[in-house]
Amino acid sequence: MKPIQLYVIILIIMASVSCREDDVIFIPETVVVSKPGLSDVKGFYLLNEGNMGSNKSTLDYYDFSMGVYTRNIYGSANPDVPKELGDVGNDLAIYGTKLYAVINCSNKIEVMNTLTAKRITQINIPNCRYIKFYDGYAYVTSYAGPVEINPEYEQRGYVAKVDTTDFSIVDTCLVGFQPDELEIIDDKIYVANSGGYMVPNYENTVSVIDIATFKEEERVHIAINLQCVSGDKYGGLWVSSRGDYYDNPSRLYCYDVRKKRIEKEYDVPVSSMWLDGDSLYVVSVAWSNITMSDDVTYAIINVKTREVVTRNFITDGTDLKIKKPYGIAVNPITKDIYVTDAKNYVNPGTLYCFGQDGVMKWSVRTGDIPAHFAFVGE
Amino acid sequence: MCLSDFVRAAMFVVCLFLAKLSVFADKKEFMDTTLALDGINVVREYKPYIEVIPAQKLEGEQLQRLNSHSVADAVRYFSGVQLKDYGGVGGVKTLDIRSMGTNHMGVFYDGIQLGNAQNGQIDLGRFSLDNIEEVSLYNGQKSDIFQPAKDYGSAGTIYLRTRRPQFDEGKRTNAKFILRSGSLGLIDPSVLIEQKLSENVSASVNAEYIYADGKYKFRYKKVFSDGTIAWDTTAVRENGDLHSLRIEGGLYGKMKGGKWNAKIYFYDSERGIPGAIVNNVWKTSQRQWDRNFFMQGAFQKKINSWYEMLVSAKYALDKMRYLNPDTTLMYLDNRFKQGEVYVSLANKFKMTNSWEFNASVDNIWNTLDASLTNFVYPTRYSALVALATAYKSKEWKVQASVLGTFVVDKSTATSGTGSETERIKRFSEYTPAVFVSYKPVESFPLNFRAYYKKIFRMPTFNDLYYTDIGNANLKPEYVSQYNWGFQYQSALNCGILSGLSARADAYYNEVTDKIIAVPKGTGQYRWMMMNIGRVKIRGIDVNAQARLILPYDIESSINVSYTYQRAQDYSDPTDNEPGAGTYKGQIAYIPWHNGSVVVHLDYRKVEINYSFIYVGERYHNSSNIPANYEQPWYTHDFSAGYSFDVGKAKMKLSAEVNNLLNQYYDVIVNYPMPGRNYKLILKIEI
Repeated sequence: MKPIQLYVIILIIMASVSCREDDVIFIPETVVVSKPGLSDVKGFYLLNEGNMGSNKSTLDYYDFSMGVYTRNIYGSANPDVPKELGDVGNDLAIYGTKLYAVINCSNKIEVMNTLTAKRITQINIPNCRYIKFYDGYAYVTSYAGPVEINPEYEQRGYVAKVDTTDFSIVDTCLVGFQPDELEIIDDKIYVANSGGYMVPNYENTVSVIDIATFKEEERVHIAINLQCVSGDKYGGLWVSSRGDYYDNPSRLYCYDVRKKRIEKEYDVPVSSMWLDGDSLYVVSVAWSNITMSDDVTYAIINVKTREVVTRNFITDGTDLKIKKPYGIAVNPITKDIYVTDAKNYVNPGTLYCFGQDGVMKWSVRTGDIPAHFAFVGE
Repeated sequence: MCLSDFVRAAMFVVCLFLAKLSVFADKKEFMDTTLALDGINVVREYKPYIEVIPAQKLEGEQLQRLNSHSVADAVRYFSGVQLKDYGGVGGVKTLDIRSMGTNHMGVFYDGIQLGNAQNGQIDLGRFSLDNIEEVSLYNGQKSDIFQPAKDYGSAGTIYLRTRRPQFDEGKRTNAKFILRSGSLGLIDPSVLIEQKLSENVSASVNAEYIYADGKYKFRYKKVFSDGTIAWDTTAVRENGDLHSLRIEGGLYGKMKGGKWNAKIYFYDSERGIPGAIVNNVWKTSQRQWDRNFFMQGAFQKKINSWYEMLVSAKYALDKMRYLNPDTTLMYLDNRFKQGEVYVSLANKFKMTNSWEFNASVDNIWNTLDASLTNFVYPTRYSALVALATAYKSKEWKVQASVLGTFVVDKSTATSGTGSETERIKRFSEYTPAVFVSYKPVESFPLNFRAYYKKIFRMPTFNDLYYTDIGNANLKPEYVSQYNWGFQYQSALNCGILSGLSARADAYYNEVTDKIIAVPKGTGQYRWMMMNIGRVKIRGIDVNAQARLILPYDIESSINVSYTYQRAQDYSDPTDNEPGAGTYKGQIAYIPWHNGSVVVHLDYRKVEINYSFIYVGERYHNSSNIPANYEQPWYTHDFSAGYSFDVGKAKMKLSAEVNNLLNQYYDVIVNYPMPGRNYKLILKIEI
């Protein structure tokens, strides 16, 4: 081989490969998924969690009036924010004219304009988990308690009280270990403590905080490793336990906040739940280390009668296609049911829309680990 | 597709360079220039080969001249490999050969495999090139039958050979001091002393200390589609510091018809784990401590005209501590301790002059101890038996082997109520391999080769037993490899060209029962290892080397390698949305194109080296959508060295500039790599 031939080979190889270019701000992808519809609800945001360390938490938007689903809108709405929305979105809510996204591993709550998803500010709270609002304040749970010099110290979590006018943290209240979701009923905050960092010594209580004093006033024993809480208008507090993945499976409990006692325990495992009117919608994948398999449930519970209405609200067989049901929401007007499939956590997920008859209306690809919903203009 | 200015510039240089060569090639007087060829192992495949398929090798001076800090940096120049690099001095660096996964790579240190029963991964960043004389990469296996059974047990193999003492006439002691310093706060002194104890026995001691603060600038930016900057941020990589101490001692002996060696190795390190750079988090605080110890020995002797034996043994103890002191996260302070005992006997029988037979038996014991809740304290006993035969004629070389693997895993399973039961799992499997090479014309240095190999990797202790994640029901992960190729190597002396070699291989690999983490049950980030992956890999590796003798006593060598790979995910046929589904998507972090160019120039006491590495566009997920796209990256590294004598001492001073064009890139998404960095190296040999 002559040098010139070698050169030709090099040239061919170099021509067949591409060069590094600047990364361009992600242009949102739009998909028409349904016919345009008129409703008091304009649309909803869907927060994709993104796998830990991937910095791939993304925000999608579905516009009812157009029937158009738009993926990954945050980057183009906020092209000046370095490293975009962040790592692991854990909760999403709208309060007033603002959209709040709790970004767990980015240690912040992103505050955006509800209509444009443009950033207003960020609130720094380390290891923040869930958010709820009451009377001008946001209440946020965090796993990250204060640091103390004490060898026996185990780190308790707290609830931060954030002023929604100036976004400052005005107070914090220590609760149990690794608090997850919180709910506000009758001027009291109920916090589900998980103790997830304390394996195998999980927490088993709900912390009750009096809003006026912002002090923890009692601990209510429910079950180990609590996660979700939802309060109905009949005084029922619906609390889910993740179980310990061994002998104690995931369970749902109904605690009556007025009678101060557990009214009922359901052998319904819970990954995610959504309360709409008198119906509590529950999706779950329960893993058992004993049987080494997943058990999938799509249940509806009537919170008035406290009876299980169905254990599979999907009637057209679509449930067989869903690998890892992860998030759920119900349209407050049309009552359509939205279920997300997180698949294997690293691939893009899928959003399914079902009618009240349990028949799929449409489905669309989402970001990674689609999970949390917030409806606009209810 | 484009050709950036940089590549154009590089091509221009190459073009000029080659044009110059062709001019000089016509001038007869340079043909007569005689230069000592033997001293420089640039195009080393002139040696008659014993193996059916020779390795890709970097050795001696050539290896030392690469701008490489560790073995990990050096192996990037081989074709068919992908280095998974988390950046910096302390970031984990593992190798993926032909897209089969990092767990399929076996790494051998002076002939004995480095084990990691816990996670199966060998961090090549830990191995300094300081005392390494040769790094060789074999696809399939080393196709020389006289070897322990373990050598038959990986899908791809890297051999690291440390320097064996060699003494000039009348010399009994060699001493070598090296001091490296440069960017990332690097201070790296090392010393090597070799002593001739008797005519047949020599000893060596080597110690190296590395300190680096690991701080380097990195930059992320995004632009609008018109090219104006949307955001642009530069920061300093924190918590990437490394302190390490390595001490090695060796004894080397030879006897009539045989040789032996014994070595002892100690490595102690503390490092920061820099973590992923994500929004609002630019610093992490996790730490890791490692302490590795092993001693090993090998004895090889030709007993009579038809029988030769090789005995090897090793004892290794590895300790690791991982600490997360960040109180806003889950506090972790985990300690792991692994032990390994290895003994091997290989027997080679010469049946005729062209037919040999080998039988090897290895025994390995592994233990793992960890400070984890519900940990099962696994032990593994493995027996490996390899039978191999080799035949050679003028035209043909053939080798066939079968490896029998017999594994017994014991663990103490704990139920939720705390009762303990011992669990025993047995596994046995036989796997074959066939290697063939054919040389059609005896006088023409061209041969064709092909191989087939089926092999598997056992699930690691982490795959099986890591509390909560492990799945004790895992099966091994299998790989079938098919390879066809040719090699041309010539020592021709034609014009300025004094040596040329080229090799090309096409291959097809299929990974089945691939062990993949899949999420399980309720709650975030709970994973379970499962045998559900399936990958088909089609690829081409090309490698060409030329050695040139230029006017004015300039010697030069050029090495070009290129790899094309289509590595498709066949795990989930239902995930097949066109353009977005993972089914048939290119698997994570495998580029379609990658390659390297290395050029050396020597002029009397001055040497200049240039290397270029290119990794093409990739996706960080087998769903090949724009959100998962990763840009190509490429680095240009330069170095220059000057040798001189001070009294009896031979000195060499070199300077390196790496990533000359200061390209900011990630190999693994959110783990930034260093930009332009410098190093100064002083070597003193007495």
